[in-house]
Amino acid sequence: MSTELVIQLNTLLAAMILLTSFALLVQRRMFAILHIFAWQGFFLGLSTAVIGFATGEHHLYISSLLTLVMKVILLPYILYTLIHKLKIHREIESVMNTPATMLAGIGLVIFSYHLTAPVRQLSTLMTRSTLAVALATVMLGLLMMVTRRHAVSQIIGFLAMENGLFFAATSATYGMPMVVELGVALDLLIAAFIFGIFFFHINTTFDSLDVDQMAKLKETD
Amino acid sequence: MSPLDIAGFSVLLLLGGALCAMLLSRFERLLIPAAFSLATLTSLATAVAGFLAVLQGTNNAATVAMGLPGLPFNLRLDPLAGFFLVVIGLLSTFVSLYSIGYLRAYRGKRPITRLVVCYLLFLAGMSLVVLADDAYFFLLAWELMAASSYFLVMYEDEQAANRRAAFLYLLVAHVGAIAILLAFGIMAGLTTGVASFSNYTFDAMRAGQLSPAWAGGAFFLAFFGFAAKAGVIPLHVWLPEAHPVAPSNVSALMSGIMLKTSIYGMMRVAFDLIHGFPWWWGGIVLCFGLVSSVLGVLYALMQHDLKRLLAYHSVENIGIILIGLGLSMIFTSFDFQSLAALALVASLYHTLNHALFKGLLFMGAGAVIHATHEKNMEEMGGLIHLLPWTSALFLVGCISIAALPPFNGFVSEWLTFQALLLSPALPHPLLKLLVPLAASLLALTGALAAACFVKAFGVTFLGSWRGHRKKEQIGEVAFSMRLGMLLAALSCLALGVLPTLVMGWMDTVPLKLCGARIATSAGRFGWLWLTPSSQERASYSGPVVFFGLIAVVAATYLLLHVRRTAIRRAPLWDCGFERITPRMQYTATSFAMPIRRVFGFFFSIREQVEVTSPPNHPVMADSLHYRLRVRDRFWNWFYEPLSDIAFWIARRVGRLQQGRIQIYLLYSFVTLIVLLAFLG
Repeated sequence: MSTELVIQLNTLLAAMILLTSFALLVQRRMFAILHIFAWQGFFLGLSTAVIGFATGEHHLYISSLLTLVMKVILLPYILYTLIHKLKIHREIESVMNTPATMLAGIGLVIFSYHLTAPVRQLSTLMTRSTLAVALATVMLGLLMMVTRRHAVSQIIGFLAMENGLFFAATSATYGMPMVVELGVALDLLIAAFIFGIFFFHINTTFDSLDVDQMAKLKETD
Repeated sequence: MSPLDIAGFSVLLLLGGALCAMLLSRFERLLIPAAFSLATLTSLATAVAGFLAVLQGTNNAATVAMGLPGLPFNLRLDPLAGFFLVVIGLLSTFVSLYSIGYLRAYRGKRPITRLVVCYLLFLAGMSLVVLADDAYFFLLAWELMAASSYFLVMYEDEQAANRRAAFLYLLVAHVGAIAILLAFGIMAGLTTGVASFSNYTFDAMRAGQLSPAWAGGAFFLAFFGFAAKAGVIPLHVWLPEAHPVAPSNVSALMSGIMLKTSIYGMMRVAFDLIHGFPWWWGGIVLCFGLVSSVLGVLYALMQHDLKRLLAYHSVENIGIILIGLGLSMIFTSFDFQSLAALALVASLYHTLNHALFKGLLFMGAGAVIHATHEKNMEEMGGLIHLLPWTSALFLVGCISIAALPPFNGFVSEWLTFQALLLSPALPHPLLKLLVPLAASLLALTGALAAACFVKAFGVTFLGSWRGHRKKEQIGEVAFSMRLGMLLAALSCLALGVLPTLVMGWMDTVPLKLCGARIATSAGRFGWLWLTPSSQERASYSGPVVFFGLIAVVAATYLLLHVRRTAIRRAPLWDCGFERITPRMQYTATSFAMPIRRVFGFFFSIREQVEVTSPPNHPVMADSLHYRLRVRDRFWNWFYEPLSDIAFWIARRVGRLQQGRIQIYLLYSFVTLIVLLAFLG
């Protein structure tokens, strides 16, 4: 495979990741959000594998496999059972003003391109052009957490942020050391369990997974 | 063995003793005498080390490769440090002896081990503060001292008032410590730059030259920090809270020597580390000293809790010490070296004296409280017959603190006066106005202190017993307590009678700091006459006064006891009336009343009289209740506005806390974006 083709393929996958990020931002159905998240993980794993193939950094295959297992199968499965157990799969979340959120997201993407411009000029890596997309994914994940009111979609926003960080690592330096990646994967798994426990508690305490309910916890003066 | 070796060895023994005390906690009967004998011996060794260091007048330095890597501890024992080691060692010897008997009362009631461990650590911390020769080690020792004394104040922690007092103490101590840290930071950072760590030693600070503005900043930060620990008005509020609630041996140490470590810090920073300052620094120190001394004694007069009264007197005496220190700084800045030496010696001498007599008085107060189980002196009275030893020794302390000859308080206050009276030589017109005012205020302080101790001694020991306990239950205190107090009283007498020798010994301190020594004696019988400036101006002979007084007292005693009819025993204080009950006696409140009226402005006074009359006779009084509450005005002048502002700001900041996760996330999001945009 020629380098040109790899770059094209990688850029395509980056575009897909960005697309799924925007889809996450405005999707209102729980299961649909989960599916989009799984797709994002799939594109991420694929992109890691492509980079690993092109650069000869073979440990990236392991990362890729780990990503596919964790983010396409395991985490969506955990969240899927959770949604079933909590009986919230029919819920439709009221999202804030969709066009405004989209516009803010576009603004963030432009901002990330602006930020990474100096890096693109200095770097010689073949993945340098996707760094902006990675940063934008992080920011869009954060934006999702800010705009959503449902606890599950906030968690997915958080996981999407993590995807963005992972992508940033592969595109900036061809991935983190293996030990770090294994650690991060374990952390994510544990985080998913802890989130699950919290969901149950929030649900039993407030009878809802709407985090706005938690404003009741604030001390009044 | 060099003096530094002796001092370092005794500190190590104290630290080791603290460790062993934890292991020995099962055997309390053994623990008390063992630990406090160790404390007595090591304190004595500390005092000897300090004595030798001052006598030799040389610097001993050492570096101990402990602490953080690359930041070894630096120790140094110079005459100034040696002098304060003597202060620490001498009083803690007496107090440790006293503690052997004093703590026996606690045994079986509450765990002793904590007190013993903290006591030993406290002593070690104070010695280390004086020995430290770099900012890092100094602050470490300073915090060791603060933390261990916090636990000592908290010892009887089941009462909310005690916990509150201890917290207040810790708060003020830490605010002060931050200021000291910043002062050292300025001195270390600006002399050689912040890049290397080598400038944290005092040697580097001595060598460096600061610009006047930064030097002023460093000095006043350090002054603020040390003043908070010393209890200078308006930072004195913790003192009357913390001293009464601590066990009495601890309050003796805290008031007697812990406050002095901050005097040491001020002297170290001003004369040694910064050296070279404008006169108005000294003027400000002098003003703080004046305010503290006058207000301290006025507030003391209003107190009826014996230890609270003594605590306010510590504020007063710290004020007097600061007057000497401020004067010395003023003289130094105008290059009057011998006058500066005189003022510095006055200040140092008062430091030593105050440690001894205030230690003695706190020990005496502890003995009284121990025997009577009362804290309020209005509930005491007539103790002179029940506690003859304690009352005689307490009287010695009273005379010393009231600055009456032949005891030591007189000598140092007299020296301070001499320094004040020599100040017309100063070239600045403002000082020509300030200094006579200072002299008159110091005189006022002395008179009020005398009045206060007439009250304290009179109401506590004279008259007849008005407490709740049976008089027969009260007996003289344990031997070791009496021994501790007796030794302190004898040192008070020795320092008062032989000032010339003492000042000859400590001459190396002003020689190092001010560059001059003072001619203390003149004529053939040099040790007899103390002449700080010149023979024509003023001289004082401790021995002559002492033997004169002994002669007068002996003559009076003989005169009274030779004729059997000359002494007549009659009911006490009955003023010619018959059948007077103890409740009708002159009280401390009534004694202080004229002064409360005259200086009413300084106090916030609330007086209530409640008269209930029987229903059929509205004019007649059935019962009468008089309530009086006198408070320090500084609470409403300084601290209440301060806490109001703090709460106001806290409420404003509290609005950031919305209770909604999205808002908090938004904060981080905006922060991230802003940081990326401006720093990325």
